[in-house]
Amino acid sequence: MRAAFITVLGTALIALGASGLAWSEHDDDDRGGRASAQDSRTRGDLASVTNERYRTECGGCHFAYQPGLLPAAAWGRIMNTLDQHFGDDASLDPALKDELLAYLDANAADRSGGKRASSFAAGKITGDGLPRITQTTYFKRKHDEVPIRYVKDNPQVKSFSACAACHPGADKGDFNEHQVKIPGVGRFED
Amino acid sequence: MNSNFNRHLVLALAIGVGALADTAAAAPVDDLLATYQGQGAGPFSATAGAQAWTAKHQVEGESRSCATCHGTDLTKSGKHAATGKTIEPLAVSTNPKRLTDPAKVEKWLGRNCRWTLGRDCTPQEKGDFVKYIQSL
Repeated sequence: MRAAFITVLGTALIALGASGLAWSEHDDDDRGGRASAQDSRTRGDLASVTNERYRTECGGCHFAYQPGLLPAAAWGRIMNTLDQHFGDDASLDPALKDELLAYLDANAADRSGGKRASSFAAGKITGDGLPRITQTTYFKRKHDEVPIRYVKDNPQVKSFSACAACHPGADKGDFNEHQVKIPGVGRFED
Repeated sequence: MNSNFNRHLVLALAIGVGALADTAAAAPVDDLLATYQGQGAGPFSATAGAQAWTAKHQVEGESRSCATCHGTDLTKSGKHAATGKTIEPLAVSTNPKRLTDPAKVEKWLGRNCRWTLGRDCTPQEKGDFVKYIQSL
């Protein structure tokens, strides 16, 4: 009897905790994220990369960007022009390309439904040429106060495309702004 | 008698396992070299591979070599020229996974020769690079 009561109480507390987390996200994806990195996961996280072939093929040269970072149409343009991939020839075997595109398409920013993914899907992508994550409205808004010297002129970062250089949880889809650490600079919160 | 038999059995097993390990280590890349030979190349030279490694090529207004991304000490990590992503060491001695998957070797030789030299490498050049990486 007592055990059953404790279970019910425990469940209620967990539910309360979860709803508290949800409330805290209304005005800030990352609020509440001042806790340790382990505790920082919120619904603002992007779904991790689950396709190992994608991780191997695309992550061989750059950060394995989560599909939720770009809308499906943008992934289509990128994957269908791999022979001219941001200055590199990243051609893949056609069957493999189709497999990876299907994965990206099914989990794209406008398909996956997560909070941060939806933010990436909203707005538009500016600039000529291929769509870039760094040219999305949401990315630009989130990084507009980061000085150039922290990124482009920082030899340990070099580019806004190197997510994991400053976001320690990037590989797990955790881009919580309160966890940001700029190499050679330290914590940064805009 | 019994213990003698056991000793022989152990010895036979040891030789068998040793032979298997030997084949497993040598086969993938030897197949690749044989393929290049079938295309009219060979013999291959680690020295020639080492020289070609640092040879500079003018491509798209840049001076590029293998060392641009992989460095000159292949027992150490390299760095992708554009993205800055770490590239694990190429030397088999420090990174035993290297040269174990022929399809992977072919894929990267294909892509990286096109970026670095602005063209595909010849079977001779590819064989020399493989020998060089193998020798480290």
